[in-house]
Amino acid sequence: MQDTLANIKRGEKYIITDVSASQIPLKLLEMGCLPGNEVELVQVAPFQDPLYLNINGSHLAIRKETAIHILIEKINE
Amino acid sequence: MSKQINVALIGNPNTGKTSVFNALTGLNQKVGNYPGITVEKKEGICKLPRGVKAHIIDLPGTYSLNASSLDENVVIELLLNKNDKDFPDVAVVVSDVENLKRNLLLFTQIKDLEIPTLLVINMADRMEYKGISLDIEYLEEHLQTKIALISTRKKQGIDNLKQLIANYKDLSITPCLNASEIDKNYFDSLRKAFPNQLLYKLWLVITQDVNFGKTDRKTIDAVADFKTKSNTDLKRLQQKETIKRYQFINNVLKKGQNIDVSQAKDLRTKLDRVITHKIWGYLIFFAILLLIFQAIYDWSSVPMDYIDSTFASLSEWIKMNLPEGTFTNLLSEGIIPGLGGIVIFIPQIAFLFLFISILEESGYMSRVVFLMDRVMRRFGLSGKSVVPLISGTACAIPAIMATRNIESWKERLITILVTPFTTCSARLPVYLIIISLVIPKGRFLGLSYQALTLMLLYLIGFSAAVGSAYILNKILKIKSRSFFVVEMPNYKLPLFKNVALTVIEKTKSFIFGAGKIILAISILLWVLASYGPGDNFNNAEEIITSQHRDTPLNDDELQQKIASYKLEHSFIGLTGRAIEPAIRPLGYDWKIGIAIVSSFAAREVFVGTLATIYSVGSDDEATIKNRMAAEVNPILGGPLFTFASGISLLLFYAFAMQCMSTLAIVKRETNSWKWPILQLVIMSGFAYVVALMAFQFLK
Repeated sequence: MQDTLANIKRGEKYIITDVSASQIPLKLLEMGCLPGNEVELVQVAPFQDPLYLNINGSHLAIRKETAIHILIEKINE
Repeated sequence: MSKQINVALIGNPNTGKTSVFNALTGLNQKVGNYPGITVEKKEGICKLPRGVKAHIIDLPGTYSLNASSLDENVVIELLLNKNDKDFPDVAVVVSDVENLKRNLLLFTQIKDLEIPTLLVINMADRMEYKGISLDIEYLEEHLQTKIALISTRKKQGIDNLKQLIANYKDLSITPCLNASEIDKNYFDSLRKAFPNQLLYKLWLVITQDVNFGKTDRKTIDAVADFKTKSNTDLKRLQQKETIKRYQFINNVLKKGQNIDVSQAKDLRTKLDRVITHKIWGYLIFFAILLLIFQAIYDWSSVPMDYIDSTFASLSEWIKMNLPEGTFTNLLSEGIIPGLGGIVIFIPQIAFLFLFISILEESGYMSRVVFLMDRVMRRFGLSGKSVVPLISGTACAIPAIMATRNIESWKERLITILVTPFTTCSARLPVYLIIISLVIPKGRFLGLSYQALTLMLLYLIGFSAAVGSAYILNKILKIKSRSFFVVEMPNYKLPLFKNVALTVIEKTKSFIFGAGKIILAISILLWVLASYGPGDNFNNAEEIITSQHRDTPLNDDELQQKIASYKLEHSFIGLTGRAIEPAIRPLGYDWKIGIAIVSSFAAREVFVGTLATIYSVGSDDEATIKNRMAAEVNPILGGPLFTFASGISLLLFYAFAMQCMSTLAIVKRETNSWKWPILQLVIMSGFAYVVALMAFQFLK
């Protein structure tokens, strides 16, 4: 089931299925935020924003306004 | 002359690139600016084997050659300009063994520019801890480069790296990615139009909004049969390029790198559970802030007092030992105190940068940015604005320099503009003396009124900063995408060498940058206070002596009377008189006026100026205080420093932009006089209005 990265839950593994490249900075793609890569939530800041993620081994924080442009799917183990 | 080669150090942020630079150059480094912009340029010299000397340039950290900030533009501008005197003979790409995949993206881009490229894999000491093993031979073969596996922390592999740099001619310049794979038709037409140019270089010129000496760009636009694509199309192609590069990297790493997850230890997650926790996180942050304040106020007061007294006695010594004359006076009353005014800030600035560089090196700063972003965003600031706002309580100058890592120009500009509102340490002496004069000694709930007033002033400063940020955010019409991507680096123990070098280098840049201006202003002030037009100034001695012929005065008292009379009729005294009508509604007299005017050089000059004006021989604050308490308001009668005029003065100092050095730094950082002048006018105007209302309301 697809969802946006903004709704990611802790303790689950996800895979990035699609990114709307025109809406997010190229820098994020370059840091590994590309379709097919794994993503995990490490921590959420107070007020639920920004999100601290582990994308493909890169640890980074992005705001929710960016995260809604990235689609993810839960990996069932 | 021995041969010198140009080496460029390039790498992602947080890869230990600066540690590599420090390991190679040691103290043989200098920091300057790129011409015309405020990006720091770090260069150094390193001796290589066989008598070769390397000129090493430490380029700003970047994730790729697709630049999104001034700092990153510097990197491509250098790499695309073969005629630049710093154009590298060899590019050394520094990567971190834990983030090799991401780091290799930049490596492949530089390789495609057909510059001899060497790969440094740093932090090799972490491999075992993270269960990583590498097949160096395989990687060297498929990345077509030489690899130096090093650890700057354990000082391993540096000699091997020097050897590899010296042998740079053996490096292959075969590209990693065939540029035309990105879009065959498009690149074919590009090749047809510019048969002699490197395709990837052309591609960068088209996609990057940077200045390449214009000709490159123009030649492309001038070719009629070649149509540049729309921005959306270009971005789609850049995305495709990134995906292609990652495919290449994944293929290479599949065999060349092995990560045994079961061996990996994960301290980071455990630490982050606490450090970025919604309650503990803030408590820890608050505790660290308290520690920093304590250090800046308490620990630095010892060396500051020492510097203060050293310069005072140096002045005294010059007065005693050099022949009397204008030059001696200029030296002892202008230049030496002026230099003292610069040097006295060194302890605070050094302490501040010590803490900031420890917080940054350890990886903690990114966590603060993460914790504070949501709160700061409401005010048009970024999580990254927290660092300057904290630093501003020591001194606005290093604080404004610390805004450089804010990517969005709008957020950065707002941060620069509001930072001077935070209560810097130079306001403290002014606050302390006025509070002790006008605020009663009583207690409220066990806290003294005086301490509460001081705390309130700090709060007023922060609120003014945040409030004006909110307003600026609404009125500034600057188009600037405020995307926010922060890498959360691993926690590391800071390296002593890196911290020490940062502290030395920042302190140096303060002394030589802002110091020049402080010195110039203090010389100017001295001239204005030491000379005056007309007979009143020139004949001060006779006038005072004749006035006091009947009253017996001892020599000291007479000298003080003369000095004070001279000051009143000096240029600065006349200025004070001239501005008196403007400041009288605020409850001040011309003497306070002079103190305020001279405070524009630096706020802490206030106390010293009043000390001179009230002709107090010594700098002892108790006596200045007594003198100030005894001053009589020339119009209203009664004491000059009342509750009303005192509060008015406190508020004036809280809001007014009275610091030449800050204005100079704002000019340097924004590259325009527009912003510092606006700051000066708006902040001081606001201060005037608030002080006026306070006095008229309270009197």
